[in-house]
Amino acid sequence: MSMNRREFIKIAGLSTLFGLGGKGAFELLRPGTLDAAVHHGEEHAPEEPAEAAIRWGMVIDVEKCSEPGVVDKCIKACHSTHNIPDFGNSKNQVKWLWRDDYEHTFAGNENEYMDDHVKELPFLCLCNHCDEPPCVRVCPTKATFKRPDGVVAMDYHRCIGCRFCMAACPYGSRSFNWFDPRKALNEKEFNMEFPTRMRGVVEKCNFCVERLAQDKLPACVEAAPQALFFGNLADPDSNVRQILRKRSSMRRKLELGTKPSVFYLV
Amino acid sequence: MYDAWKILVGLAIFVALFTAAFWMNAGKAAPVPEPKIDTPEIKKMAKAERKCVEDKHFMRTTHMQLINHWRDQALRDGNRDYINKDGKKYYISLQNTCMKCHSNKKDFCDKCHDYTGVSPYCWDCHIAPKEEPKRNEL
Amino acid sequence: MIEKALKGEPRYYMWIVFLLGIIGVGFGCWLYQINVGLGITGMGRDISWGVYIAQFTYLVGVAASAVMIVIPLYLHNYRKYAKIIVFGEFLAIAAVTMCMLFIVVDIGQPQRMLNVLLHPTPNSILFWDMCVLVGYLTINIIVGYNCLLAEASHRPHPGWLTPFIYLSIPWAVSIHTVTAFLYAGLPGRHLWLTAVMAPRFLASAFASGPALLIIVLLIISRVSKFDPGRDALQTIAKTVCYAMIINLFLVGMEFFTAFYSNIPGHMHPLQYLFVGLHGHGKLVAWMWAAAPFAAIGVLLLLIPPARRHHGILAFACASVFIACWIDKGVALVIGGFIPNPFDRIVEYSATFPEISITLAIWGIGALILTVLHKVAVTIREEEAAT
Repeated sequence: MSMNRREFIKIAGLSTLFGLGGKGAFELLRPGTLDAAVHHGEEHAPEEPAEAAIRWGMVIDVEKCSEPGVVDKCIKACHSTHNIPDFGNSKNQVKWLWRDDYEHTFAGNENEYMDDHVKELPFLCLCNHCDEPPCVRVCPTKATFKRPDGVVAMDYHRCIGCRFCMAACPYGSRSFNWFDPRKALNEKEFNMEFPTRMRGVVEKCNFCVERLAQDKLPACVEAAPQALFFGNLADPDSNVRQILRKRSSMRRKLELGTKPSVFYLV
Repeated sequence: MYDAWKILVGLAIFVALFTAAFWMNAGKAAPVPEPKIDTPEIKKMAKAERKCVEDKHFMRTTHMQLINHWRDQALRDGNRDYINKDGKKYYISLQNTCMKCHSNKKDFCDKCHDYTGVSPYCWDCHIAPKEEPKRNEL
Repeated sequence: MIEKALKGEPRYYMWIVFLLGIIGVGFGCWLYQINVGLGITGMGRDISWGVYIAQFTYLVGVAASAVMIVIPLYLHNYRKYAKIIVFGEFLAIAAVTMCMLFIVVDIGQPQRMLNVLLHPTPNSILFWDMCVLVGYLTINIIVGYNCLLAEASHRPHPGWLTPFIYLSIPWAVSIHTVTAFLYAGLPGRHLWLTAVMAPRFLASAFASGPALLIIVLLIISRVSKFDPGRDALQTIAKTVCYAMIINLFLVGMEFFTAFYSNIPGHMHPLQYLFVGLHGHGKLVAWMWAAAPFAAIGVLLLLIPPARRHHGILAFACASVFIACWIDKGVALVIGGFIPNPFDRIVEYSATFPEISITLAIWGIGALILTVLHKVAVTIREEEAAT
């Protein structure tokens, strides 16, 4: 760390002038401090190109989901992978992946003349990983943020539990830990490779970023490869883009301008 | 001095309370902690390879900053690779890298944390490895 | 100066002890909440903000309303407010303090609260709300304290204070506007997604805050030798009256837009609040209590002979205060979550610990207000005696 006091004061003063406060100076200084401390310089990946090369998305074939056991298998895979507690009541429930019917999933688009068959299909609900996520817009600490690959991620270490994101999410995809989640988990069934959450933070589906980092598919997609498809929406030749070209799809509450990345085929 | 008696008694109570921690712990110096590194995973390693991601001194003094940095790098930047100063690559994960070797939280992490009176909340979320009861305790 | 709050009549002490008792019970409940989690409240995954945030919203308005005394006095030199200005400013201090406490008890990880400053996020309205509230509290402490100091030494307030006083005017408007933006900018919550949210907030604030100030001043004139002045009270009462009429007008606008457009999403929360929806209607009784309170309050304030009678004035102000409280301190926040994003109705009712914590914070506010007003009253009484 080769910066003397004079320089520090200069930078701090300048950034204060620009309304950044002392924080700006820290942002400038901190990476350097740490680099010096950990003795290596290139831990930051090179900047992503301006137009992201990857934009993860999911396509859900609802018809295929109606085959016996498929939906439950997906939910179970998700829940056991991510240590999701079960409080046994809807008030405190934590939801990452769950099922609902057409009428409620697509509330506002009900069609009373629709085939009864469609009305009874199981729709898998999860975080839509919106392109314009309202939850990210309102978060006062950047605890929830959009990654360059389109995944709307949560930093549980930083969340203050204000629940502004829950009010902002038009899909009901966010859950708060009203109690200690470990009290509603069976310790013997822990997935030892993934953390739990703590009391007082908000959580949601993370599109399995921890699995994507190891070049694996999300747990739910792996559990039902015939019904769920995961791929790169930014690549015109990807599996998801090919499906979306061939078949007509729906997304939830498009009129709100959130641009969801989860598509439903009926 | 008005109310001298009341003031003196009050002062005495204040001083007694303020210094209570010293009196109560006087003569009970806690032994210097010796975190154990005798876990099965570490024993499997060849003597020469028995090394943490960085050297012992660095880890002892700076592991908190390193872990803090790892957290932001993995979670926020999505970069889960750490290259140490010898050029060796590690996967960034508290549960899957750190605690795979240091599977003895009680004899490793807690030893120093208790001694220094810090209680990091890592394990409110991150799951500590299941610890086998030690042989001499059976 | 603060030592003046330590000497009082027995009933002053009894009032303080009573408040401390309420605060004590609530503090105990808060420790319980800290240890067990926010699950002990009535909030849940569908109604994720409850009575705490609703009180916060209401009290931001009470805080902002001090400007209704500041503008006539400092911009129009309406001298009859000179005697009561500090009471308005102290009311603002108490209200902002309560706002902050309601945020502290509402968030899941209060020990991480400074993350808002550590990772400043200008795109979050909550970040701005924190900035304007802290700023408003600071301005009011500076202005209120220095005005009182000046008065105690029989001098006009120091010249450097004037910019702060002027600054407090737009600042007061900003705190309630920003608070309205917390709600008005969220997609998919139809009750909140309205451009008149901020104007409505300001109108109800300028009704409920001054109404509370009138009640407080009437109580003070009963229990002390301080006389706020008949004309001053009457002028505030007119402010309350017109602000409440504008508030009701804006509420009417919401009804027109929702029901004439006939868009289900816009009608549902209002239907839930006033007539019940799909057999759910926990708040219907509240709303139909608020309506007559609002009407009676406005009517009594409009009729000059009624307004001039201090008993009726107090009743009318209490009616307005309660009507606004039900609207903003109960219905607005909770109604916004109903129906939920899946068009289902999940209802909310506060639990005992939750109510107890809420009362404790109101108690803290009352305590701050009592102590500050006691100081101000004592100074005036001493002045009158010399």
